[in-house]
Amino acid sequence: MTRMDARFDYLLRLGDDALILGQQLGLWTGHGPVLEEDIALTNIGLDQIGQARAWLTLAGRAENADRDEDKLAYFRVQADFRNALLCERPNGHFGDTIVRQFLFDAYAVGLHEGLCRSTDDEIAAIARKSAKESAYHLRHSRAWMVRLGDGTEESHAKVQQSLNDLLPYVGDLFHSDACTQAAASEGWGVDPAGLREGWNTRLEDMLADSGLTRPETVPEQVGGREGRHTEQLSYLLAEMQVLPRTYPDAQW
Amino acid sequence: MRSPDDWLAILETVPDPEIPILNVVEMGIVRGVDCTEEALTIRITPTYMGCPAMDAIADDIRSTLSPLAEEESLSLAVELVYAPAWTTDWLDDTAKAKLEAYGIAPPGKTTDKRALSGDDPEVRCPKCKSTDTELVSLFGSTACKAHYRCRACAEPFDHFKCI
Repeated sequence: MTRMDARFDYLLRLGDDALILGQQLGLWTGHGPVLEEDIALTNIGLDQIGQARAWLTLAGRAENADRDEDKLAYFRVQADFRNALLCERPNGHFGDTIVRQFLFDAYAVGLHEGLCRSTDDEIAAIARKSAKESAYHLRHSRAWMVRLGDGTEESHAKVQQSLNDLLPYVGDLFHSDACTQAAASEGWGVDPAGLREGWNTRLEDMLADSGLTRPETVPEQVGGREGRHTEQLSYLLAEMQVLPRTYPDAQW
Repeated sequence: MRSPDDWLAILETVPDPEIPILNVVEMGIVRGVDCTEEALTIRITPTYMGCPAMDAIADDIRSTLSPLAEEESLSLAVELVYAPAWTTDWLDDTAKAKLEAYGIAPPGKTTDKRALSGDDPEVRCPKCKSTDTELVSLFGSTACKAHYRCRACAEPFDHFKCI
């Protein structure tokens, strides 16, 4: 893998995680359980889309093949997406969305903190901005994990089930390969495997406050970073891409 | 021939589209003005990465400055920069007083880390000035605000998030 390939791939991973999660959160518009949560989820989604735009713009420049953020978002097929499987898990009920968000936020704060020290000025600049946002998102998703886990019998049971269902999908977040090794050894990216410890601490800390537990063994699924996705992503891309693919020359 | 300071003074007439009580310079969105004999470049930075007002702000800046730039035969560019990351510390005391008079509780100092990671900072009701207030939601009417309620006068209000 050449340096440029690794850089393009790495930036796509960052951008696609944010894009797919942001797109899914946007689907909550008008469907939140209460008005404040409707606004919260879509605001978090907006931050994610903003981060995605910045990462994908950089990815396009790294690739140097005349693809901007929109081309990368709207004109790639499923197998070319590099998002973690966790990000494409369906919204489900509110508890499912909150658990997905918590598991991601607890990873994103460590990731962005690490990327703030990137030797690449542009990556570090986007990370410093994103780090403030991910810390704020984590505060929100963590508060809901505690509220639901430590709430009623029903809310506890539901969110415990969501946690059991979603934990197997975190594998991609901490998966190291040739791309991430190049990123970490050259100093412009971080090694995902090194982020697990901090994530684990944040998870354990939340579990202690919420009364939720983690299953004894969790078989982890990976594949998103190599373009092996679940069925859900194709539906999501179909909806996200239909307009620009139908009218490729349309301008906002 | 206008100097960078002259251009900055003109930018002070461009209001923030979502908080029109402040202009784009007071908001800390304008990060620099570069002026050569041929080109005028305005650098802006987003408050939040996904702030939907950024495109409107760039358009407003362009439509305000382009006739003046044309007078001086200057090309005009509005560039988006991410570093240094925008912080509410760039809002000075005058801007904060304007926000409060407008009904938005201004942000505290970012050195007060409570805002990001845990306990709530002390937030004063912009209407009755009581500090007996409570957080309703971390997210408010725009990306940069949280939703609060005053326990003393029952006023619901926006608090400018401290980042």
